[in-house]
Amino acid sequence: MSFLELHGVEKHFGTLKAIKGIDLAVEKGEFVVFVGPSGCGKSTLLRMIAGLTEIDAGSLRLDGRDITKLASSKRDLAMVFQSYALYPHMSVADNMSFALRLANVDKGVIREKVQRAAEILNLTQYLQRTPKELSGGQRQRVAIGRAIVRAPKVFLFDEPLSNLDAALRGQTRVEIAKLHRELGATTIYVTHDQVEAMTLADRVVVLRDGAIEQVGSPLELYDRPANRFVAQFIGTPQMNLIDTAKLPALREAVGAALVTDGFIGVRPENVIVRPAGGGRLSGRVELVESLGADTLIYASVEGQGDHGVQLIARQNERTGLHPGDAVGLDIVPASFHLFDRQGHTVAARAA
Amino acid sequence: MKHFALLLRTVAAWAVTLLVVFPLIWLVLTSFKTEMQAIAVPPQLFFTPTLESFAEVNLRSDYLLHAGNSVITSVFSTFLGLAIAAPAAYSMAFFRTRRTRDILMWMLSTKMMPAVGALVPVYVLAQTAGLLDSLTALIVVFTLSNLPIMVWMLYSGFKDIPPDILEAARMDGASVWGEFLHVIRPLAMGTLASTALLCLVLAWNEAFWSLNLSSAKAGTLATLIASYSSPEGLFWAKLSAASLMAIAPIVVVGWFSQKQLVQGLTFGAVK
Repeated sequence: MSFLELHGVEKHFGTLKAIKGIDLAVEKGEFVVFVGPSGCGKSTLLRMIAGLTEIDAGSLRLDGRDITKLASSKRDLAMVFQSYALYPHMSVADNMSFALRLANVDKGVIREKVQRAAEILNLTQYLQRTPKELSGGQRQRVAIGRAIVRAPKVFLFDEPLSNLDAALRGQTRVEIAKLHRELGATTIYVTHDQVEAMTLADRVVVLRDGAIEQVGSPLELYDRPANRFVAQFIGTPQMNLIDTAKLPALREAVGAALVTDGFIGVRPENVIVRPAGGGRLSGRVELVESLGADTLIYASVEGQGDHGVQLIARQNERTGLHPGDAVGLDIVPASFHLFDRQGHTVAARAA
Repeated sequence: MKHFALLLRTVAAWAVTLLVVFPLIWLVLTSFKTEMQAIAVPPQLFFTPTLESFAEVNLRSDYLLHAGNSVITSVFSTFLGLAIAAPAAYSMAFFRTRRTRDILMWMLSTKMMPAVGALVPVYVLAQTAGLLDSLTALIVVFTLSNLPIMVWMLYSGFKDIPPDILEAARMDGASVWGEFLHVIRPLAMGTLASTALLCLVLAWNEAFWSLNLSSAKAGTLATLIASYSSPEGLFWAKLSAASLMAIAPIVVVGWFSQKQLVQGLTFGAVK
């Protein structure tokens, strides 16, 4: 039996089913990330696990105990909120020790635990300040500190980095990963940012419209997406997805005899730009984005219909190409994904 | 020009202030006059103050009994009101439903009806329950008549508390009571204090129900004042003395708590 188990968990808002029967098992010590576009129900699902939103159907078990109907305060879970939700009238130390004080833990023990958490999070010199006197990043660390002081059964993070600026977000992400490695605590983390999902997770749960699209390790999702949605959601820039009807030439380019018609997906790094007349496909450069380490080349290939089909190529070498230049394009052999008209993966990865 | 505008503003402010406090000044002055001086025309501004009227009031009626009744009814109705209004406001502020707004409006609408409209049923109820001229009846009626305002004030104050903070407290293991005690109470102290103060003042000054539901035994200070406008005729000096003695305590309380009161009444306007 797993540490945390969800069985057919549902949430209804009126006639709308916001969460449609989720089954999921989380192992002890695992870092699981819920990811999906806004409105997919990932935060609702997290709040249901937290007990802040009622579970309308299904069951939730934690450490062998049914906690479906249990109040949040008795679940022994800690949550880090997007808004940090620090107690504005309490000092940093009091914020971090609130749960322990409520539980009547010995004062000496509390002090020790708060000290330790403060050291881990570099907050020692701020312990006597109020949240108002701290920067966004510091508040975020207090919120995390409040959770780790308790040593709860599961840590819940609800988009904890979305209120931070880009630089701080990256830095805090690394800190959270490090913290998880040190503490080994079971963690469920909600984000809409697939980079956070890929970098932090042991396993990623991709959600859409209140249902699970796929569960797997980050690279499993990247290499073997179960469907078109996951394929396009994971990875930036997005996977190229081309309708076979629009570009029959691609079929030969990837060297695949398609059983059915549908879509061919190719990751940008698997599109190779060659000099004009070189590749199996020929196209024209529309835009070049030079990011330094990476260069993205947007090329338009002539297909059926009025519009050209756009392919994005990503390469490490810099380029002298300009918009309007003619180029040849090749696809790395056996690097493509096939999807049927409904968006399901036809063959995980044609050999 | 700027100076002139300032001067004009100052004069206007003083004029309004004088207009507002004039009855109070008249009251204070009159209470220290003899009955003859009190009705003199033109009114005397300078006179030898006397405590004659105060002595008379003390002699003729039991000031302490009425004052005690006022304290008991206003304090108890305020606490009872808070005990009912706080949970109501909590649920409306943090667990909103589609009908929350309607319930609030309905509560307020009860204050739009003149109190006299409910006089007969309330009187009959009190009579049937054998509670006429009892402090219990007054406490209950004061509480009920102040409840809508209390719920509104507390609701407005609670609404400014981010719900995340309460959820965080819940995750930290706080019960509903714990949430209230450790999070809402400190964060909404201004609201709670000003609500309590306002209701204390309203209950203290309440005259309609105390006049109708009480007499000698449970009468509050409001009934003491009223007893001096009797069929025997108006005794302005004594009436003034009684009024002054009736309002003095609450004016003192109000004076010392005006900061809280203003803070609470402006709600979240100033953050």
